[in-house]
Amino acid sequence: MSDHFTISDAGIGALLLDVAGDGAFEEARQARLLALAESFAAVDGIDDVVPGMNNLMVVFDPLAIGAEEIGRRLADGWRKSTATIGEGRSHEIAVSYGGTDLAAFAAGLDLSVEDVVERHAAAVYRVAAIGAMPGFPYLSGLDPSLATPRRAVPRQGVPKGAVIVGGGQAGIMPITAPSGWHILGHTDFVLFDPHRAAPATLRPGDTVRFTVARVEP
Amino acid sequence: MIEILSSGALNTVQDRGRRGLLSSGVSRSGAMDIQALDAANALLGNDADAAAIEVAAFPFRLRFASATTVAVTGAVAETRLSGRRLPPWWAIAVKEGDELTIDPPTVGARVYVAIGGGVDVPLLLGARATELKSGYGGHEGRGLKRGDRLPVRRRAPGKLPDGGVGAPPPPGRSDADRPLRVLPAAEWSDFSEGAHQRFLSVGWRVTAEADRQGCRLDGPELMRERRRELLSHGIVPGTVQVPPAGRPIVQLAEANTCGGYPKIATVIEADLWRLGQAMPGDELRFAVVGRNEALVAQREVADWLGRLRRAASLYRVS
Repeated sequence: MSDHFTISDAGIGALLLDVAGDGAFEEARQARLLALAESFAAVDGIDDVVPGMNNLMVVFDPLAIGAEEIGRRLADGWRKSTATIGEGRSHEIAVSYGGTDLAAFAAGLDLSVEDVVERHAAAVYRVAAIGAMPGFPYLSGLDPSLATPRRAVPRQGVPKGAVIVGGGQAGIMPITAPSGWHILGHTDFVLFDPHRAAPATLRPGDTVRFTVARVEP
Repeated sequence: MIEILSSGALNTVQDRGRRGLLSSGVSRSGAMDIQALDAANALLGNDADAAAIEVAAFPFRLRFASATTVAVTGAVAETRLSGRRLPPWWAIAVKEGDELTIDPPTVGARVYVAIGGGVDVPLLLGARATELKSGYGGHEGRGLKRGDRLPVRRRAPGKLPDGGVGAPPPPGRSDADRPLRVLPAAEWSDFSEGAHQRFLSVGWRVTAEADRQGCRLDGPELMRERRRELLSHGIVPGTVQVPPAGRPIVQLAEANTCGGYPKIATVIEADLWRLGQAMPGDELRFAVVGRNEALVAQREVADWLGRLRRAASLYRVS
């Protein structure tokens, strides 16, 4: 496995370590990144450690700690990293399948609605990263036969609780917001509560299974 | 206690925002012009993290239910305290029943109104800032409307000089034509030489799609030589993304915490206020600087604020 990576400035107060290169998302690299992220959490002068999809952003106070030092720690840490992260917690999320997109989504893949629901609910997903919206999980592990390009024009108000698929990724909307992903169903599972000290319910490394509460035509 | 007499939904309680929660998908939020917020709090001797009102919809009026102090900074707008005009970037004592009126700005977009002690809305995730997009924080997670009553924290001891006192402008504030300073970002070298030249030479027009999440700019198309799909990654306020259509978007206080568009550059922290004060139709230019120059700029702002805080502690006689 090539160990190519880049480190770039995101302004003077953040560095982005990107280990994806031109490749597709890799589960093994993500596990190494999450272990690396944990090793940064307690460093003085570092404000935030933000795992993305095969990348990691470190936000720091540039008047307190040098970018060179953070960059060196990132490079060394990545080279030495191993996928030591534990299994994470597991969550079961009940889904009412149906609604706006499901029939058209199935037709576009030449599948029946039942096939789509079965394959979506059969997979074991891993939370690769939390971000974009409050508590939004980027879920890897989607059945490749359900991978579908995002909508050409995003929808303005995809509702909170929408269970969605975009490209090869799965997710759940934590708030009502614009999204170009396809809606397969709805859940009442709470992804985010600003009144908790740790506001996001899911964490990187957790596993998620969807269960079929019902299928609406 | 203060009572809102006239407002629009874009007027919100803001402080310096939330730090350290991007990894939970929590945007920084906070004031779009942090320097103006800092100046207002400094003039009153408030804590650095005290909350104020960010006014982006005008006219704005409020009434003071008790005697306190007020500071008004940010955009240049006609401001009256019970009929009396206040100079820009000014702090003054107010009596019970005084009314503050702020007209639409002549320069800039956002005015900051700080109250002695700070607006006392509950701390949420370490800050009092309103996150409009997600509907939490600030006053009930929403913009202010007529009839809202906001509690105020106990203010710093001492009183302001009769007639009030002003703040010197932050570094570079008077030079409206100065380009926004940027550092090249991850995909800088994916763009063609011509794209770099255009990015740094033309005046970019602020479109009507400019809010607390981001500012979409109009100008020539910026082409990439190397086109590749990026996986989602963390972004910070100031990130200049270039979506496939080739026109940049600058991500701001309430930006999503992750994005997937190529990033040509990042506006330095010291110049972010310019985007918070930009109006649709304004023209903005960009100039690349090195990390050291950006650090010097940030120190200059920190020094200016330090001087202002020291001066303010001297004139607040007891």
